[in-house]
Formats: sequence, C-alpha cells, structure tokens
Amino acid sequence: MAAGSTYTPIATTTLGSNQASVTFNSFSGYTDLVVAVNGTMSSTGNFYVQFNGDTSSNYSVTEMYGDGASAVSARYSSQTYAFCGLLGTAQGNAILNIQNYANTSTYKTFLARGNYPSGYVIARVGLWRSTAAITSMTFAQASGFTFQTGSTFTLYGLASA
Amino acid sequence: MWWARLLNVISGLLAGGVAASTTSYESIATVTVGAGGSTSISFSSIPSTFKHLQIRAITRDTDTGGFGLTTTMNFNGDTGANYSWHWLYGNGSSAAANSGSSATTTALGWTTGTAGTANTYAATVIDILDYADTNKYKTNRLLYGIDLNGSGGVWLSSGAWRSTSAVNSITLNQTTKFAQYSSFALYGIKG
Repeated sequence: MAAGSTYTPIATTTLGSNQASVTFNSFSGYTDLVVAVNGTMSSTGNFYVQFNGDTSSNYSVTEMYGDGASAVSARYSSQTYAFCGLLGTAQGNAILNIQNYANTSTYKTFLARGNYPSGYVIARVGLWRSTAAITSMTFAQASGFTFQTGSTFTLYGLASA
Repeated sequence: MWWARLLNVISGLLAGGVAASTTSYESIATVTVGAGGSTSISFSSIPSTFKHLQIRAITRDTDTGGFGLTTTMNFNGDTGANYSWHWLYGNGSSAAANSGSSATTTALGWTTGTAGTANTYAATVIDILDYADTNKYKTNRLLYGIDLNGSGGVWLSSGAWRSTSAVNSITLNQTTKFAQYSSFALYGIKG
C-alpha cells in the first residue's frame, strides 16, 4: 500500500473586520477539501456556500438538526446556494467535507456539521449539480448578516494515495 | 552547524507563510470503481502503526430502483453476528432513529442507483477508533449523506464490532454493485 502525509493546511482567513463574505480560490492537487469555520455572525442564521461563482439554482441540501427540544429534518431543493453552517452572536463552528471536489465525472456532494452551542446542532448533506471541478468557494449569508471580526476560515486539502 | 542552518531555513519558510504539512494524517490506499462496477471493495494488509483510521468515500450503486439501504461494512472478513449499530437520520421531512443488534455487518447508509439523479453520489466520512487495540471491541462513527435535489437523507451513526482483534482488513459491500467512479480512500491518523 502506498502512503503519504496529507491533511495539509492550504489557507486561513482571520477576519480583521466584519465581512459579508469569505472566498477561497487557490487550491489544487487534492482529493477532498475540509473547511473549518469558527466564529460569530451579526445575527443568528444559516450561512451558505457557492462554488465557482455559480448563482443558478443548482444547489440542494438535506439537513437534520436538534434545537434542544426536538429533532427536525428539512430539505432545500433547487436553490441558488447551499446552506452549510449556522452562526450567531455567540461562538459557533462548522466543518465542511467536500468530497472528490475535482472529479469531473460526478456532481459534488458535501457533508457538513454545524455546531452552535447556544441553540443548535446540525448535520447536512449538500449537492452542487455540476461536473465542473471546484476552483473557488464563497461563504456568505442570504439576509446580509456579516461574519464578525476574529472569525476564522481554514481550508485543508487531503490527497489520497 | 548544519542542523542550525536547516532549522533557520525551515523557520524562515514558515514565517513566510508556507503551510507546514502535517505528518499525523496519512493516506494509506484508495480504490476507485471502474466501468464494470464492483459488488464490494476491500482494504487489506492495513498496517497497525496508526491510532485511528478514516475512510472517506463517494458511492453510487447500480440498483435500478430508487434510493435505499445498500451499503454495509465488515472487518477482517467476519460475517458472524458480531456487529451492532445505531442511526439518527433525517429524510428531509422528519428525523428518526434506527438500530441493529447481533447483525452480520455494520450498516452505513442509503445510496442511489440508476433511478436517482444522474451523476449524484452519496458521501461519507467513517472514523474507526483504536482499530489496532487488542484490548477493546472496535467502535466507529460516521457522517453519511446523499442529496438528490428532492429526496435523500443525512445520517449520524455509531457502530461496534465485538472483537478484540486488530482490524487488518475492511470490506465495504453493495447489495447490487458500486457504480463507476465510486471512490474509497483510507487514511491513518497517528496517536
């Protein structure tokens, strides 16, 4: 069996001021991508990801979450973005696993865990209906909430043997 | 001293923003399914030099029906009733739970075949903890999901294999076949 070290940190963005969006657009040579978001937002809500600047209705998400009182599942089909995390004024985090992001034979599926200790825990699967390799990704919030100063976005690359 | 110069070079590179690569997470092997499909894939001769294992996969099957439970996992070729699992899953409208005990395999999740959205694959990340520890039964956890733009599901799952043997092989099974481009990557995490 071949072996090689991986899980390489590619880039980290630490916000020096409140921002409406964060973009990664320089990564190649990996099999999977992992994004760790840790921070706060100006108000509580879902934030989303878009790939390669695609703003067409090519995204869908199935989610399951607990809010401290009940377990719920919901779906968002034919969306112009994909919910991938939830943040608020209290600290929270989200971890995205973007599988086989450069495979030009498959649509792109991602798995996400959202952890907002003040209110929710969430598991999501998202689909971007495109066979294009992912070359950029942008995180933002649909209602214009902003990511707050000190929030971090870290991108890792995993290369399989 | 040569080693002092080397340290300075490394220090300079890091200070300049070059990402340090980690050596605690290593790729062990990858299997990608070819045009004919495959009823199962295996990782064998897994070295015992890591602390934990992680499998990252995308899967689709060749079932002509819809979306259903088709993917399972066994360790060391054991098909005895030595497995158990619990699921928490959401299908887009409600959340529910399920479990299996004294099962002959660990259930992973549902996937889709030719009746599902084209080009769409389930994704999973499976962690197998202390896989080489001969004092423990083996437990795993997984996050699994498939979205078909109108159907699908997402799973959180735990599984157990009641054996103290070190895991030296892993087989993922399909009731039909894994479809072309299904891909499975095995990683080792050092402790």
